[in-house]
Amino acid sequence: MNAELPDGAGYFGGFGGRFVPETLMPALHQLEHAYEEARQDESFQKELDYYLREYAGRPSPLYLAERFSERLGGGKVYVKREDLNHTGAHKINNTLGQTLLALRMGKKRVIAETGAGQHGLATATAAAMFGLSCDVYMGDEDIRRQKPNVLKMRLLGTRIMPVHTGAKTLKDATNEALRDWMASFEDTYYVLGSVVGPHPYPMMVRDFQSIIGREARRQILEKENRLPDYLVACVGGGSNSIGLFHPFLGDESVRMLAVEAGGRGSGLGEHAASLCWGAPGVLHGSKSYILQDEDGQTSPVHSLAPGLDYPGVGPELSFLKSTGRLQCDAVTDQEALDAFRFFAEIEGIIPALECAHAIAYLMREENRTAEDEISIICMSGRGDKDLFEVGEILGLDSSEPQEDEG
Amino acid sequence: MNRIDARFQQLREARQAAFIPFFTAGDPDLDVSLRIMRAAEDAGADLIELGFPFSDPVADGPTIQASYARALAGGQRVADVLDLVRRARDGCALPIVAMVSYSIVFKLGFENFLDRALDAGLDGATIPDLPVEEAAELFGPADERDFRLVCFVTPATTSSRVAMAVKHARGFIYYISVRGITGERSALPSDLAEQIQQLKAATSVPVAVGFGVSTPEQAAGVAMTADGVIVGSAIVKRMAQAAQEGKDAADAALSFIRQLGVAVKDPR
Ligand SMILES: Cc1ncc(COP(=O)(O)O)c(C=O)c1O
Repeated sequence: MNAELPDGAGYFGGFGGRFVPETLMPALHQLEHAYEEARQDESFQKELDYYLREYAGRPSPLYLAERFSERLGGGKVYVKREDLNHTGAHKINNTLGQTLLALRMGKKRVIAETGAGQHGLATATAAAMFGLSCDVYMGDEDIRRQKPNVLKMRLLGTRIMPVHTGAKTLKDATNEALRDWMASFEDTYYVLGSVVGPHPYPMMVRDFQSIIGREARRQILEKENRLPDYLVACVGGGSNSIGLFHPFLGDESVRMLAVEAGGRGSGLGEHAASLCWGAPGVLHGSKSYILQDEDGQTSPVHSLAPGLDYPGVGPELSFLKSTGRLQCDAVTDQEALDAFRFFAEIEGIIPALECAHAIAYLMREENRTAEDEISIICMSGRGDKDLFEVGEILGLDSSEPQEDEG
Repeated sequence: MNRIDARFQQLREARQAAFIPFFTAGDPDLDVSLRIMRAAEDAGADLIELGFPFSDPVADGPTIQASYARALAGGQRVADVLDLVRRARDGCALPIVAMVSYSIVFKLGFENFLDRALDAGLDGATIPDLPVEEAAELFGPADERDFRLVCFVTPATTSSRVAMAVKHARGFIYYISVRGITGERSALPSDLAEQIQQLKAATSVPVAVGFGVSTPEQAAGVAMTADGVIVGSAIVKRMAQAAQEGKDAADAALSFIRQLGVAVKDPR
């Protein structure tokens, strides 16, 4: 059980810490103290609960995917429906928490990085609702492939800050957001979108996302009167997975599976599976599993799922991997695409490409569960944002009969 | 004696400030870097801060970031940068300090990095993404080898953290003059001299000021109070411009270094 982690310096075993320029240290200390106070303040928790319930629509259902379970021919598969939250993903759990904290700290402006656009959207949404100004950093490549979210953010009054450096994806957007914050932290709050970055972010984002696992634990006990055998979640930075896993860490019988983006293959640059195929390193302020070359230069990464397209992973997951508590595997673009389609057809739920990776993992022959076993998948988001990209790959546009008739 | 310490001692006796140019190893190529390093002392430099190109330099503005990207695109590896230093030592007696991300240092392993850096002829390192707390276990091995790990202080550093930096400071303290990232600024903070005086009063280690210093006038202003003046982006930008115009980037760097050197040595 590691409810006590991280330690005072932000370490989960050998992972975590605070590797940032001296310029940012005052900002992190300020944040750490503000969060510590908020955490112990009942009124803060109550207010957060209020917005999670009335605004985000929590609790999210724990749905038994009957036809999916049947088709796999094994045990029951439950789906934690984070896709049904307002804005369509788990990201809102975190942004409501952090935005309330920003208000409490008297900040007037929030900034965020985004890949899939889900975290950007969730930040833009909370900022709009609380009346804060908001700038979201997003790589050019992600702006292209996640157009619906870009339009939504703009509609909400957020400024999109395009990032042209590097691979023009999440890692580069994170660099730019950090640079902005270095000069702006006096009036600006940085809403980091996953359990990565310097202390206290990995701890704080985990705490805000743990609502997923707390609800799921209660719900499964109500429905099945027992704990699940498997928890399965996709891992980008790791926030939806640790959110589901954390409340179960003390339950030794519950096995935890982190599913990463296997992309096009296991060569460096072809995937984004930092836990599976990376090594301990330092990136974006913490020590964790990273994809980098022998010189410590960050590797290019690839995933069809923009939310998984990141060369690092949170320190707590790195720690749990190192202790053996966490099992890791990687699923390819193609497997995720197949799962995306299959799940839509058989359950009437269009998953985000990110969590389609978690679904795909369970669909593998060798991962079929036994009949008396229970699994919970974290459905971290809905696939609306991916429709154009997937539609193009699958040729959904051209197969429309109207078009054939011209 | 470590070259950094020797140089600062010499300058202190002469009541002069050190001028410390920064540029990126291998931008636009290693030959340009080599020529600058060998000619830097004659041009008026007292110390060289050599940037190890890194893919994700969070503390750096667009100018240095682009410079790193060019060097990496040119295929520069850590081994090439170390080899550059080794070759430059034939002709360059100045102290050379690496500016290197902790991502690189951690990946190589700290002691391995130290040994290789020393062997190549480096005298110290500034590791911009390594705050004092995280460096705690590194000071010992560095001291044992007479290698200087430079600590940073900023305008927002609290007094308790200044005390910590002062305690561990070796070689010189890097005072970051502005909030934010590296890059040229049209004006430096109005209370800069006061801030430098305060820091100098707290330590006997020389205080060098960097981030934002862009012109000979600004450099002269800083040299009135600081023990050293660091100029990076403004040099790197001139080199990039020269290279783009088909001119010699080393000449561009050296002629600007000359101007800055004069300003720092004779600030009035
Ligand atoms: C729907 C969805 N799932 C998962 C992720 C991956 O992030 P994390 O691993 O932090 O949950 C993202 C990130 O953008 C996302 O949008």
